[in-house]
Amino acid sequence: MNTRNIEILVGAFVVLAVIAMVMLSLKVSNLASYGGDDDSYEIQAQFDNIGGLKERSPVSAGGVRVGKVSAITYNNKQFTAVVTLQIEGKYQFPVDTSASILTAGLLGEQYVGLGPGGDEENLVAGGEIDITQSALVLEQVIGQFLYSKAQEE
Amino acid sequence: MIADKVLNKLQQIGYKTLSRFNRVGRASLFLWQVLLSLPYVIQRPRLLVRQLYYVGVQTLLIILVAGLFVGMVLALQAYIVLVDFGAEESISLMVSLSILRELGPVFTGLLFAGRAGSALTAEIGLMKSTEQLSGMEMMAVNPMKYIIAPRFMAGVIAVPLLTSIFMAIAILGGYFVATEMLGIYEGVFWSQMQNNVDFYDDVINGMIKSLVFGFVVVWIAVFEGHDCMPTSEGLGQATTRTVVHGSLAVLGLDFILTALMFNV
Repeated sequence: MNTRNIEILVGAFVVLAVIAMVMLSLKVSNLASYGGDDDSYEIQAQFDNIGGLKERSPVSAGGVRVGKVSAITYNNKQFTAVVTLQIEGKYQFPVDTSASILTAGLLGEQYVGLGPGGDEENLVAGGEIDITQSALVLEQVIGQFLYSKAQEE
Repeated sequence: MIADKVLNKLQQIGYKTLSRFNRVGRASLFLWQVLLSLPYVIQRPRLLVRQLYYVGVQTLLIILVAGLFVGMVLALQAYIVLVDFGAEESISLMVSLSILRELGPVFTGLLFAGRAGSALTAEIGLMKSTEQLSGMEMMAVNPMKYIIAPRFMAGVIAVPLLTSIFMAIAILGGYFVATEMLGIYEGVFWSQMQNNVDFYDDVINGMIKSLVFGFVVVWIAVFEGHDCMPTSEGLGQATTRTVVHGSLAVLGLDFILTALMFNV
């Protein structure tokens, strides 16, 4: 086979591999959601208990995904979990917005749900959400239920 | 009498152990020489392109077919298990994660060892037994630069490319089975995958694995060819060793890399 044909075939092979790589990065994995990080901003929220929340868990408002959890740390002075939320720049929320940790479905993954307030001012980068509701821990709920049942009798 | 036999046995064991070490040493020195010759290949891309054709393009067909069927079978098996839990929508997650993290790099490594590695060993071994390599040295052409290094570099480049093609085609195969045969909704299939597959943790780690596998398999292949006994029997043994040692190296390294990468 002559050199030209070989070069054409090798070129086609490399192009095919590049197409495969592009598909893997954009269609299969979450690389696309890394994009647009430039205009996103971070706010913090403190929770007593975050349950099974993880980094990269979704943040949604009204069921629409508006950002993700970018970091989770523990505040050793106030003994609360500090969750950093990365919100996409095109979404703005009032300063009296509330954040609660919810579960998708009965046993699904946990996410942060934002409930917008009515204030005129919006949250800016570095802002903090004051009204928070911790995750529902199934063991605690069952424990409380049994305790109240026992008291009734 | 018995003492003699015991001594003979001991001597045999010692000899075999020493020759193992000898081989490992030769293989390492060989690798060093190949790495030193790589700049020569970069200056002469023609040699590299020709070898990319032999190890890459000619391996492409078996990669495409194997990838397609692996993806399709995975989707079917995942469905059988997941449908019992009413979680058949997670089928795409199971297919994509197992392909990206394990099956893509490992399958490609094994197929590459069988298809291209054995051919490399046979080609270089035959050059050695027909004294083409010594002939080159007589003409002051360094076979390390002209024969071995282009093949080595082409292999190291080809394996990650083949792996990415394998991954893509396997996921497309899984997509076809899931949506056309099992009736999973198309949007659910892709969104489940995108929500849970991480580019750096899953895709990039899979590609790093394939780079390591490619390096080791090609190293074994060219070394076995260069080091074989220059007889027809020795050539056969060397080709077999390439496939066996190459495959075992892929599987063993896969365990180590998985343990390192995914913090188990």
